[in-house]
Amino acid sequence: MSSYPEDYRYSKEHEWVQTDGQVGTVGITFHAQSELGDIVYVDLPKPGARVEHSRSLGSVESVKAVSDIFSPVSGEVIEVNEDLAEHPEKLNEDPHGGAWLVRIRLSAPDEIKQLMTASEYQDYVGAES
Amino acid sequence: MAEGSALKVTPLNRAHRSLGAKLVDFGGWEMPVQYSGIIDEHHAVRRAAGLFDVSHMGEIEIRGPEAAQLVDYVTTNHAARLANGQIQYSGLLYEHGGFIDDILVHRVAGDEFFLCVNAANQEKDFEHIRAVNRFDAAVEFTSPRYAQLAIQGPEALATLQKMTSVPLNDVHYYWFRDGVVDGAPARIARTGYTGEDGFEIYLSPSGGEAVWNAILEAGRGAGVKPCGLGARNTLRLEAKMALYGHEIDATISPFEAGLGWIVKLDKGEFIGRRALTEQKERGVRRRLAGFEVTGRGIARDGYEVLVDGAPAGWVTSGSPSPTLNKNIGLCYLPAELTGAGRSIQIVIRNQPVDAMTVETPFYKRPR
Repeated sequence: MSSYPEDYRYSKEHEWVQTDGQVGTVGITFHAQSELGDIVYVDLPKPGARVEHSRSLGSVESVKAVSDIFSPVSGEVIEVNEDLAEHPEKLNEDPHGGAWLVRIRLSAPDEIKQLMTASEYQDYVGAES
Repeated sequence: MAEGSALKVTPLNRAHRSLGAKLVDFGGWEMPVQYSGIIDEHHAVRRAAGLFDVSHMGEIEIRGPEAAQLVDYVTTNHAARLANGQIQYSGLLYEHGGFIDDILVHRVAGDEFFLCVNAANQEKDFEHIRAVNRFDAAVEFTSPRYAQLAIQGPEALATLQKMTSVPLNDVHYYWFRDGVVDGAPARIARTGYTGEDGFEIYLSPSGGEAVWNAILEAGRGAGVKPCGLGARNTLRLEAKMALYGHEIDATISPFEAGLGWIVKLDKGEFIGRRALTEQKERGVRRRLAGFEVTGRGIARDGYEVLVDGAPAGWVTSGSPSPTLNKNIGLCYLPAELTGAGRSIQIVIRNQPVDAMTVETPFYKRPR
């Protein structure tokens, strides 16, 4: 089991976002990596790319399958976690920390309010599995 | 998982749950896809040994004075040539030469054969064999009578030997012996689907869980781990073993799949022989080829293959190879293009990604 950080917000597609002013850091949840299994490949957008809430931001692949990453927020990608290209397994090891995916300059910060809190997400994945 | 869907379970289901396996719907069966992780389990099989529950596989038994004639009539390999206690890999074909299934034929006695068939095909196989049976032989569907475990890897023999008096060194590759494992009557076959040495064990469902636990206990010090169908797939792919529904199906012939060695055209009449004879004279138009992805990406089943920028074939299986640390796969290509060393491209999520045809199998165990 893993605890879900209280200051993050969570999407139904199992991504998290942590906001700092107008910038949101985005990743996948512990639950997501656990469901995927061994992650071997991560495909992320380049800085400057525009992403939209609930649209594909990129993909992660486990040994078994490929899955879309859906952006929990809209905006412009300003930084990409380059480390993951060489070390995709970090997504299994530290999904809420060092294995963040991208930082996004938010174009609609209010979107955050539609996302789940940590306890809501905990209930959500508890009910799902 | 859909509410109310009645998945079939194996006698090991409780054991999988207590080991914390991730269970998935595999062709209507609730099966463990992984325990500790596919890569970890894959390495366990290559370096020590892995224990698999393959009880979903089907069994069909054929008995009678003309049992050998019936088996030879419905399969491509030469069953009558088997000695008692010997096993062969074979094909069950349609008249047009495509696969109904790929199977293992065990000769139990002169007048008795034991077939191990794919889970998803077992009813179809049984109905087919019964429908074409014009011999003095009885065909029986016996899947419910067996649990099947596979122990695979360099430590398989030593681990299993702790639990049986059958001298396993004397059971050669593709031979079997009936004996007792941990007190339970069992058919012990030196076969497998991983590219490693190992055994497949057929036993009564009621004894399955005790033997499963006993093997894990006996193998703990040697690094034997429970393994799921995820690792089974990556292991068989490295060894270039066909998976029904991927490398072979009703539209694919043994010659196309690189399985000409299981076709004995000179053994006498069998279903599919005429089509295969014509195909052999004409030559096949497409053939299975192995490839490595040299660009970034993982090829998956069904992805399109390009040669010189034009559509030329499709991927049948693709995965990261934990042993080789490369992304590998199998694909069908026009026969004249399948030689090793050809540059091809795999269309991965609408992007052509470079790949290269290579010699297969991708992995061969050191002997």
